[in-house]
Amino acid sequence: MNQVFARPEAMKEAKTLYCPGCGHGIAHRLVSELVDEFGLRERAIGIAPVGCSVFADLYWNFDVISAAHGRAAAVATGMSRANPDCFVISYQGDGDLAAIGTAETVHAANRGENFVTIFINNAIYGMTGGQMAPTTLIGQRATTCQDGRDPSIAGYPIRVCELLQSLRGVAYLARTSVDSPKNVIKTKKAMKKAFELARDKRGYALVEILSPCPTNWGMTPPQAMAWLKENMLDYYPLGVFKDITAEENN
Amino acid sequence: MSTKIPIGEKVLMKGNEAMGEAAVQAGCRAYYGYPITPQNELTAYMSKRMVEEGRVFIQTESEIAAINMCFGSAAVGERCMTSSSSPGISLKQEGISYMASAELPVFYVNVNRGGPGLGNISPAQSDYFQSTRGGGHGDYRVIVFGPTNVQELYDFTMLGFDLADKYRTPTMILADGILGQMMEPLVLHEYKPIPDLPSKADWRLGDPATKDPILITSLVLNVPGMEKRNFDLFKKYETIVANETRYEEVDTDADIVIVAYGTAARIARSAMDTAREQGIKVGLFRPITLWPFPMEALGKLADKVEHMLVVELSLGQMAEDVRLATGCRTKVHMHGRTAGGLPEQADIVEALKKCLATKGDEVVRNY
Repeated sequence: MNQVFARPEAMKEAKTLYCPGCGHGIAHRLVSELVDEFGLRERAIGIAPVGCSVFADLYWNFDVISAAHGRAAAVATGMSRANPDCFVISYQGDGDLAAIGTAETVHAANRGENFVTIFINNAIYGMTGGQMAPTTLIGQRATTCQDGRDPSIAGYPIRVCELLQSLRGVAYLARTSVDSPKNVIKTKKAMKKAFELARDKRGYALVEILSPCPTNWGMTPPQAMAWLKENMLDYYPLGVFKDITAEENN
Repeated sequence: MSTKIPIGEKVLMKGNEAMGEAAVQAGCRAYYGYPITPQNELTAYMSKRMVEEGRVFIQTESEIAAINMCFGSAAVGERCMTSSSSPGISLKQEGISYMASAELPVFYVNVNRGGPGLGNISPAQSDYFQSTRGGGHGDYRVIVFGPTNVQELYDFTMLGFDLADKYRTPTMILADGILGQMMEPLVLHEYKPIPDLPSKADWRLGDPATKDPILITSLVLNVPGMEKRNFDLFKKYETIVANETRYEEVDTDADIVIVAYGTAARIARSAMDTAREQGIKVGLFRPITLWPFPMEALGKLADKVEHMLVVELSLGQMAEDVRLATGCRTKVHMHGRTAGGLPEQADIVEALKKCLATKGDEVVRNY
C-alpha cells in the first residue's frame, strides 16, 4: 500500500496539548514539514516563546530554546550571529512579538537578521487566560476589556506587517491564515519563501498567520473559524507585504 | 587597519578598554552592549576590535536585548559578553536569572555608578547586594569578582570567561567608575585557559553532531522538577564556594583589620600605611571574589582580631557579609561613602582611632 501522508521527521510522535480547534497545531506541522523539506533538522533551532507555544519542544523534533517573554528576536539574533550555520525559527505570539517584544522585533527586522519569524496572530493572550492582545480587534471582548476593546482606552489593533514594511532590513513579509485548506496551503507557500530567504541570509523574514483561539474567544472550533473569516480578514488583509526577490525581478 | 596588541608587554590602558582586550584575547565570540556612562569606552573598544577580528558586535536596542542576545549566543556554545552600568545592569537581571537557571555561561561587567535610580555617573559600590545575591528573581548566585586595579580587570575578565564555562554559570566583574575610567600600567598577559575546561558538545544547540534534540529552558512547571533543578544549582554553588573563593590578606596580625574591596581597598591600603606610621597596628583583608565571599577566612580572622572596619563605597552592604562571616566574635565597624563620595585617607585613620577607643558593644558607624 502506498503511504500518502506521514508525520514529518521533524515532528515528534506526541499527543497534542493544544485546545480543540487551535491553530498552533497546523502552524507547528508546517514548520516541521519545511524543516524536513529544507533538510535542516540537525541545524534547526526553534524558539518557544512565552505563551501557549512555550511547550513547542513537545512536538518539534529538533533543538528548542525557550526565550523570555518578548525576547525571542534578541535570542534568535544571538544564536544566528554567533553561529551562522544554525537555522533559527522564532515562533512568536501576538503579545510576545507586538507588545512586550516590540523593540526587539523592530530592531531585529531593521538589522535584517537572518532568521525566520512565524508570528501567530490570534488576537488574544492564550496561556494567561484571554487578556487583550495588541492585535485584539476593536469591540472584541477579553478578560481585560470585558465590554470589548475601546480604542479610547486601549488604542488600536496593531497591523504588524504594515508596521514593519518600511524597514530596509526586511526581506519578506506576508500575512496568511489557517481558516481553510486553501489558506493553509498558501501559508506553507509563504513560510517556504521565508525559509528560503533566511537560508540564503537575505534578511528578516516574517509570516504572520491569523489563527483561531476558540477557548479564549469563548467559541466552538467551527464558530471560531467563522469568526476569524468574518472579523479578522477585513482588518488584517492577507497578502505579501514585502518580497525583495519580487522587487529584484521587476 | 587592525590594532596592534603588544601581548606580553607592559602598556598604559584604561580599565574599560583593558576588559575589552582581555575578552578578545579570551576568545569572546560575541559582544552586545548599549551605551551608558561610565562604561562607554568598553563598548566603543569592542565595536572596533570585535569587528576587526571578524567576530560579532552589536550595539543593541536596549540592555534587555543585549543580555538576551547573550542568552542566544551562549546556547549555541559560543563565548559571549555584555557590559553596562548600574541602571542598565538592573535591566539585564531578567536575562541573567534565565541564564543561571538554564546553566548558560556568560561574562558581564558592571561599572558601578551612583544610585539608586538614575543616580549619577560617579564611582560607587552600591550594587554589592544586587551582584552578590544573584540580582534577578529566583534562587541563584553568580560568581562576582571585585578587582582593585586595571591589571585585575584584565586578568579576571579572562578568568571570568573560563569560570563561566567551567561551571556553566553567569560570571561578572563588579567594577566602579574609577576603575573603568582610570588609566594604569598593566601587563597584557597571553590568554591561557584554566585546565580541563569542559566541552560544550553535549548541550549546545544547532550542532549537527548531536543526535537527539536538545532543549534549553528555564521553565519546569512540575514542583519536584524545578526544586531538583535548584538543588542541583546549589550543589554546584557549594563546589564554587570550595574552589573559587579568593581574597588577599595584608598584615592581618593586628589590633584592627580593614575589610575593603576594589577601589575602596586601594584607598584603605594607603590609609593603612599612614596609620602604621602613627603606631596603629592595622591590617587589610581584601575579598577578591565577592561571591563566593571569603566567609571562612574572615571567620578565622575574627577569632584573632578584636576590631574590623569595613570601608566601602556604599552604606553598609558588604558590612552585612562581614557580620555574617564573623558572627559576634569581633566588633564590626563601618565607614561608608556613596554616590561618588570617597573616603579620605585621613578620615579612615580617624575612624581606626575611634574604633580602637570604643568600649563594650559600642561600634563606629560613619555615614
